[in-house]
Amino acid sequence: MIRNMICIGCPMGCDLTVEVESGRAVSVSGNSCAVGKRYAETEVSSPTRMVTSTAKTADGKPVPVKTRIPVPKDKIFDVIAAIKSVIVTLPVSVGDVVIENAAGTGVEIVATASFS
Amino acid sequence: MKKRTYDAVVIGAGVIGCAAARELSRYELNVAVLEKESDVCEGTSKANSAIIHAGFDAMPGTMKARFNVEGNRLMDSVSKELDIPFRRNGAMVVCMQESDMPQLQKLYDRGIANGVEGLSILSGDKAREMEPSLAKDVYAVLYAPSSGIVCPFEMTIAYAENACENGVDFSFLTEVTSISHCDDGFVINTTNGEYCAKIVVNCAGVYADKVHAMQGTPDFSIRARKGEYMLLDKSAGSLVSSTIFQAPTKMGKGVLVSPTVHGNLIVGPTAEDIDDKEDVSTTQGGLSTVRTVSANSVSDIPYGKVITSFSGLRATADTGDFIIGDHSGFIDAAGIESPGLSSAPAIALYIAQLVCSRLSPRKKDNFKAQRRGIPKLAQLDKEERAKLIEERPDYGQIVCRCEQISEGEIIDSIRRPLGATTLDGVKRRVRAGMGRCQAGFCSPRVIELLARELNIQPWEVKKNG
Amino acid sequence: MDKHSLVVIGGGPAGMAAAIAAKKDGIDDIVIYERDAQLGGILNQCIHNGFGLHTFKEELTGPEYAERFSKQVISLGIKYETGSMVLSISRDKEITVVSRENGLRTVQADAVVLAMGCRERPRGALNIPGTRPQGIYTAGTAQKLVNCEGWVPGREIVILGSGDIGLIMARRMTLEGVRVKLVAELMPYSGGLKRNIVQCLDDYGIPLRLSHTVIDVKGKRKLEGVTIAEVDSGGKPIQGTEEYYPCDTLLLSCGLIPENELTLGAGVTINSVTNGPFVDDTLQTDVPGIFACGNVLHVHDLVDFVSEESGRAGHNAADYIKNNGCKANSAKIVTVCVGNGVRYTVPSTIDVGNASENIHLRFRVRGVYKGSAIVVRSGEHELLRKKKKIMVPSEMEDVIIKPGLLEDVSEISVAIEEGTV
Repeated sequence: MIRNMICIGCPMGCDLTVEVESGRAVSVSGNSCAVGKRYAETEVSSPTRMVTSTAKTADGKPVPVKTRIPVPKDKIFDVIAAIKSVIVTLPVSVGDVVIENAAGTGVEIVATASFS
Repeated sequence: MKKRTYDAVVIGAGVIGCAAARELSRYELNVAVLEKESDVCEGTSKANSAIIHAGFDAMPGTMKARFNVEGNRLMDSVSKELDIPFRRNGAMVVCMQESDMPQLQKLYDRGIANGVEGLSILSGDKAREMEPSLAKDVYAVLYAPSSGIVCPFEMTIAYAENACENGVDFSFLTEVTSISHCDDGFVINTTNGEYCAKIVVNCAGVYADKVHAMQGTPDFSIRARKGEYMLLDKSAGSLVSSTIFQAPTKMGKGVLVSPTVHGNLIVGPTAEDIDDKEDVSTTQGGLSTVRTVSANSVSDIPYGKVITSFSGLRATADTGDFIIGDHSGFIDAAGIESPGLSSAPAIALYIAQLVCSRLSPRKKDNFKAQRRGIPKLAQLDKEERAKLIEERPDYGQIVCRCEQISEGEIIDSIRRPLGATTLDGVKRRVRAGMGRCQAGFCSPRVIELLARELNIQPWEVKKNG
Repeated sequence: MDKHSLVVIGGGPAGMAAAIAAKKDGIDDIVIYERDAQLGGILNQCIHNGFGLHTFKEELTGPEYAERFSKQVISLGIKYETGSMVLSISRDKEITVVSRENGLRTVQADAVVLAMGCRERPRGALNIPGTRPQGIYTAGTAQKLVNCEGWVPGREIVILGSGDIGLIMARRMTLEGVRVKLVAELMPYSGGLKRNIVQCLDDYGIPLRLSHTVIDVKGKRKLEGVTIAEVDSGGKPIQGTEEYYPCDTLLLSCGLIPENELTLGAGVTINSVTNGPFVDDTLQTDVPGIFACGNVLHVHDLVDFVSEESGRAGHNAADYIKNNGCKANSAKIVTVCVGNGVRYTVPSTIDVGNASENIHLRFRVRGVYKGSAIVVRSGEHELLRKKKKIMVPSEMEDVIIKPGLLEDVSEISVAIEEGTV
C-alpha cells in the first residue's frame, strides 16, 4: 500500500510517499532529510506528537508546558487531562518537571517558561 | 419592590435624555433617567455621523431648523462646560453641474432663513483650493463654516455624568413596560420595578412611539432608518478638513466624508428604512454603496485603511419633523433623527422650560455646570503629561497602544460616576480599543482591569450590555 | 536629556537579537524599550513548539526560544526597560518614551533599531458585514487569553483565515475542549505552513475550506453564528453556496500588518507592499542611523529568520555607531526590482561600495509556483538561478548574492521563471 503524507518534522513540509507493508514503512521517498524518513516510519506504525498546553498554578495562572518527547497520538487527550489535573508550584523554571509520567506514557511534562 | 417617586422621569439615556436630565438638574427637582441598556449612549447616539450641523438643511419654521441652529450656537459653551472635544471644521455641500445650481441656491436661502451664519457659495475651483481631494467634477459648493464635529459618545456621557453629579439618578437595565396615569402624574412600570413621576420625558429614540402609546393615543410612528458607515485609520484623517456633503434628498443628507474630532475619517451613511428596530448589522450592499457614492464628492478615499464599519438607526417620525411637546405632563422628544445630535443642547433647554412651566422649581444654588473629563494624556503637551504621570504613575502605563491610552485613564473610566462596566463602555469613554488594531492588543488587559475593578471573573466581562 | 549609543524599540525576538549582536560588536550603551511586562514579545504567548530549528538545531516552544535570548540579554548586561512604550521617534533620533516607573522622558540615540513587530488585521479591516457582537477575536488575542490569561473564550468556534496563528489556535482550542467547526480561507491556498495543516487540522478532523469566506455575522450582543460562502477567483461570494454555522466565537487569522506608525513619524519611507520601511542591504532605512528588522520590516514565516536578520541589523547599527554615522566609502547603490511573481524584496537597494558580506535577499511570491526557478538578472544578463520544487505565498523565499556579482551593475531584478524545472 502507498501512503502519501506531509512531513511535520520541520517547516519545509516535504510531500512524502511511503510504501507500507503490514503496518511498516518499507520505503520512503520525497523526504529532504533523515527526519522525514524517521517521521514516515513512525507515522505508519505508531504515530506520535509533541503536546503543548498550559498547567495552572494554585491561583489559576497558566504555566506553559510540553511533553519532553513526542507521545503516542492516541494519548494526546489523556495527556491533556493529566496536565489539567496538576497544580504547578512556583517558582518554576524552563525544563522543570511538572509531571513525571503523563497518562502512563512514561513521558515527562516539563515547564516551558520561568515564573517566580 | 419599593416604589420610587420623582418629579420627573426621563425615559432613555441617549444624548437627548442625558442632555435633558442635565438641564433639569439645574433645578430643585428629583429626576431619574431610566435606560433599558446597561450604559448611556447605547442606541442612535452611539452610531451616527458625529456632526454638529450648521442648520441649512431643514425647512424654515420646522423644529429641526429651530433646534439645529440653536443647538449649533450653544455648542461652544456646552463643549467648554462639559470638557468635550468639539471643533468647527466647516462643511461643504457639493453641486455637480451647473443645472443643479438652483438647488444649491435654495439650500443657501434656507440656511439664511434659518439664521445660519457665514454661508457662501464657492466655485468648484475655489472649493478645491480649500479641499484638494474634492472630486474634479464638483461644480460648486455651499460652504458653511459653522458646521462642526464632536464625539457623540463623550457628549452623551458628559451630559450624563454632569447630571449625575448634580443629583440625577440613573437606572440601567430598566426597560419601561407600561405607563399609567395617576392623581400625581404617572406610574411607570419597568423590568426593574415601579416608578412614579409628576412628569415623564420620552426620549426613547426608535421606541419613542411605543412609549408614547403606553399612556395616550398613538398619534405618530417611528421607523428605523438604517445608516451604514466606514471608519478609516487616522493616517487617512486629513484627506478632507471640512465635512463634505452631497445634495440632500428626502431620505437624508446623503453620504458624507468627514474627519472625526479624533482625527479619523468617517464615510457614510446609507439610508434604508427597516422594520427591525434592533437591526444594527452592516450589509455587503450598504458598505459597497458607501464606497461608490462617496466617490462622487471626494476622490481617492483609501478604503484599504478602513478600521471598522458600523451602522446606526435614525429614529424617523412619520411627521417629517421632530415631535417635541407637552401633553398633560407627558413630554415627547421623539423622532429625533438628524440633526438630533446638533439639536440636543437646544432641545434639552426647551424640555427644561416645559418642565419648569409646570412645576415652577427653584434653581439649585449648588448646581455644578462644569464637568471635568478624564484627562487625555495623548493630547497633552509633554510637560503637562509628565506632570500628571508623576502624580499618577498609572497614567504612564500605556494599555491601548494605537490610541496611546494609559491604564490610569481606563481605571478612571471605570471608577467615575456612571462608570464603564463593559469593553465598549471603556472604549466609548477613553477610546481604548478604538484604534487601528481594534482592541486586538489591549482587550486582554482591559478585560483584566474591568474584572478587577468590578470584582468579577475575566470571562464574565462583556463587550457590551 | 539621556543619551544612548543604541536604542532598540521592542524586546521581542527581533529587538533582543539586534541588541545582542550590537553588544557583541562592542557597543556598550544600549537600551531596549519593551512595552510588555517582560522581554520576549509575542513568543511568550506562542506556547506551541516549532521554533528554533535553524538557530538552535532543536525544536523549542515560543517561551523557551524567547528565554534563550533574554538570558543572553541579561548575561551580557544589556539594559532593558519593560512596561515602556515609545511614543515617538524624530528624524534626529530623539525618542519619547513613557512608563509607570520612569514617567515621560526624551532620550537621544546615535542609532535606532526598529523592532516593534506587527499587529493582526482586525475584523473591521476585513469588511465582513453583519453585527458586532461579543465573541469575535483575532487569533492572536484569543491565544493571549488562553495561554497567558488562562481562560478560553467560547465553546463552538469558526476560524476565518488559515494563517499559522489560526491553525495553531484551532488545535489549541480543540485541546481545551472547544469544538472547532471549520477553518475558512478566502484564498485557494492556505496561508499557513503545510505541517500546521497536518498537525493542527488533519489530526483533529477539522475541515479546511479553501476559497471560502464569512459573508455575514449574526447575534446582537453575543455571536450566534456566521454565514460562510464560496468565493470566485476574484474573491466575490458565489450565490447559492451560503452555509450557516452556529457558533459563539469567530477567530480571525487574516494577515499581519507591520506596526510602523512610529517609523512614519520619524520620516522613514514605507513600502506599501510590505507596510514596512524600505531598507538597504544593511537594513538601514532611508533615515540614516535608523535600522529595521523582524516583522516590523516585513512579516516573516519563521522566527529563526527574524533572529538572523535582526542580528545583522544590530551588527550594522554597531558599525554605524563606530563610524560616527559616516559610511566608509562613497556608496554605489544597486536597485533591486521585482519581476514576475515576486511581491517585494528586502532589501530594496544594495550599497555595493560597502557590501563586504553575502547579501541576503528575502521576498515572498505572489502565488503557488511548482517546479520553478528564482532568477536574478541584470538587464538580460542572468546573475543567479535557484531552482525550487514549490514556492507558496505563505513562505518566505531567499537568495544569497555575492557582492562580486554586482560590481558593474546598477539595477537587478528578481523574478520567478515558471515551470522551468
